[in-house]
Amino acid sequence: MNPGRRRREAAVRLGFAAAALLAVVISAAIVLTLVGEAWRFASQVDPGLLLERGWFPRRDLYGIPTILAGTLTIAGIAMGVAAPLGLGSAIYLSEYAGTRTRALLKPALEVLAGVPSVVLGYFALQVISPSLVDPLCAGPTDPYTMGAAGIAVGILVMPLVASVAEDAMHAVPASLREASYGLGARRRTTSLRVVLPAAVSGIVAAIILGASRAIGETMVVAIAAGGLGGSLFSLNPCGPGQTMTAAMTALATGSDQVRGAGLAFPSLYFVGLLLFAITLGLNVAAGRIVHRLRERY
Amino acid sequence: MSVLASPRADAGAAADIVRRRLSRRGTDLGGRLFEALLLLMLLAGLGVLGWLLTVVTVNGLPTLVERGGDFFTSGLASRPERAGVAQGLTGSLYLMGFVAALAFPLGIAAAVYLEEYARDTALTRLMNGVVRNLAGVPSIVYGLLGLAIFVVALGDVLGPGRASGRSLLAGGLTMAVLVLPIVIITAAEALRAVPVAIREAAFGVGATRWEVVRHHVLPYAAPGILTGTILAMARAFGETAPLIVVGAVVGGFNLAYDNPLEQLFGRYTALPTTIYDWAGNPPEFAGNVYAAIVVLLVVLLGVNALAVVLRNRFDRRW
Repeated sequence: MNPGRRRREAAVRLGFAAAALLAVVISAAIVLTLVGEAWRFASQVDPGLLLERGWFPRRDLYGIPTILAGTLTIAGIAMGVAAPLGLGSAIYLSEYAGTRTRALLKPALEVLAGVPSVVLGYFALQVISPSLVDPLCAGPTDPYTMGAAGIAVGILVMPLVASVAEDAMHAVPASLREASYGLGARRRTTSLRVVLPAAVSGIVAAIILGASRAIGETMVVAIAAGGLGGSLFSLNPCGPGQTMTAAMTALATGSDQVRGAGLAFPSLYFVGLLLFAITLGLNVAAGRIVHRLRERY
Repeated sequence: MSVLASPRADAGAAADIVRRRLSRRGTDLGGRLFEALLLLMLLAGLGVLGWLLTVVTVNGLPTLVERGGDFFTSGLASRPERAGVAQGLTGSLYLMGFVAALAFPLGIAAAVYLEEYARDTALTRLMNGVVRNLAGVPSIVYGLLGLAIFVVALGDVLGPGRASGRSLLAGGLTMAVLVLPIVIITAAEALRAVPVAIREAAFGVGATRWEVVRHHVLPYAAPGILTGTILAMARAFGETAPLIVVGAVVGGFNLAYDNPLEQLFGRYTALPTTIYDWAGNPPEFAGNVYAAIVVLLVVLLGVNALAVVLRNRFDRRW
């Protein structure tokens, strides 16, 4: 090889390696900024205040249990919608649907997955809240409810659950199904007693990933759950509430005043670090479980 | 089960049962019900999609028709009949430009390194894991990163003066960082789909690694990479939360710029942040919100359809 060619080869390799390293640098930057600013907040705030009930940054009240409760309520409702709908869709697509039905329904699910969350948030506030949540909660409620936000987040997460779970069922070898049919089992029995147990780790991973998405979902909650300007501790799906993500947008839009001298600005990072840690933990757990599935077959 | 008198009668009865079962007509009602239930679950999700699209169209089209081109040329205003999406659309197009100019070359280069160059070392595995996990980080956390680095630390450079750091440049960089992991993952998948035999053939005639990548692997992987990058663009177009955190304009603001450069260093808004802003306005704005949602969805569905068409057109089975 002539020296020019060799030199070019080395330069190209270096360029590509630098680009790949950038991904690592970005994640390091995320962790460092979050930890640094969160530490600034944690070292200045009275730790007892963090366990108080109520989230009112303007009054220096940073009750972490309040926004955790809101987040878990909404994510719980969302998974109550997304887990059964997603799993049912996955079983249908993987075990029942013919090629043409699949070719029609799968892109439709992808379109649903591509609807921006601002749009679903406005839909939740304007449509889901009056027409679904009001009857369920018996009587006219505040238009801002955690129930409406939860249902909308569930619809948003459902295609993800369906897609990961369907992949897992798809990976179950056809010979297992054939053996089951050979023993005289019906399709329903085969789906529920053979395919589902064989794909269980992928299905668990689908639900964990869905929950992680639901916890990190921001715009639906910021628009439809209420809680701009602070919130009381609440687990009531028929009333307004505050999540970690909505609290962060409220802090950033200035409705809770970010750029003052107070602790509101660093509190944004404290909440961000908490959210990052929770979602990362869930994602890593899901990755582990999927990996185990892959090794078995 | 009945108690039977003798083994012989036992066998006869069993044969009888089997014969009856096998000749039984009719359908497996429980199985049909189960299938219907599954389909119902799938259609429930898609039904909400249909419901949403109907509500949006019914409420958005009248405003859009009534306002006509005026809706696309007017900017933020406090009165609904004068407010439009001009600034939002411009901002969103700029942001997509940033994504295309920064995230695509970097993301594709990183994918080429991870798939074609890197050996299976601990560092490579770390990088792969980091990229996978970055894609799952909630988008608002990227907003925090952008706020700390592009808005606060580099604010004097990226958004001097009245923008106080919250410039289009800062927003564009944040968006580029946000979609980078998605671009890397989709590009890596496209590269992995190119058979090893193609590479071996090129190496066999004396090509260097870069020549193999440049002339053989990348051309075959190009359609897949293109589809992935288009989807990443769509993601950047619909993303709202990180833009709010890095200070895209939410609320009334005068956004007139003489030239593109001034625009880059000045404040901005995007289409989805405009929708978020209007969503918090009095009910008279509902027509505007729905009209803006129609515009957003038309662009997104168009982009997604383009990706699907490209995927089907160039999909290659080895």
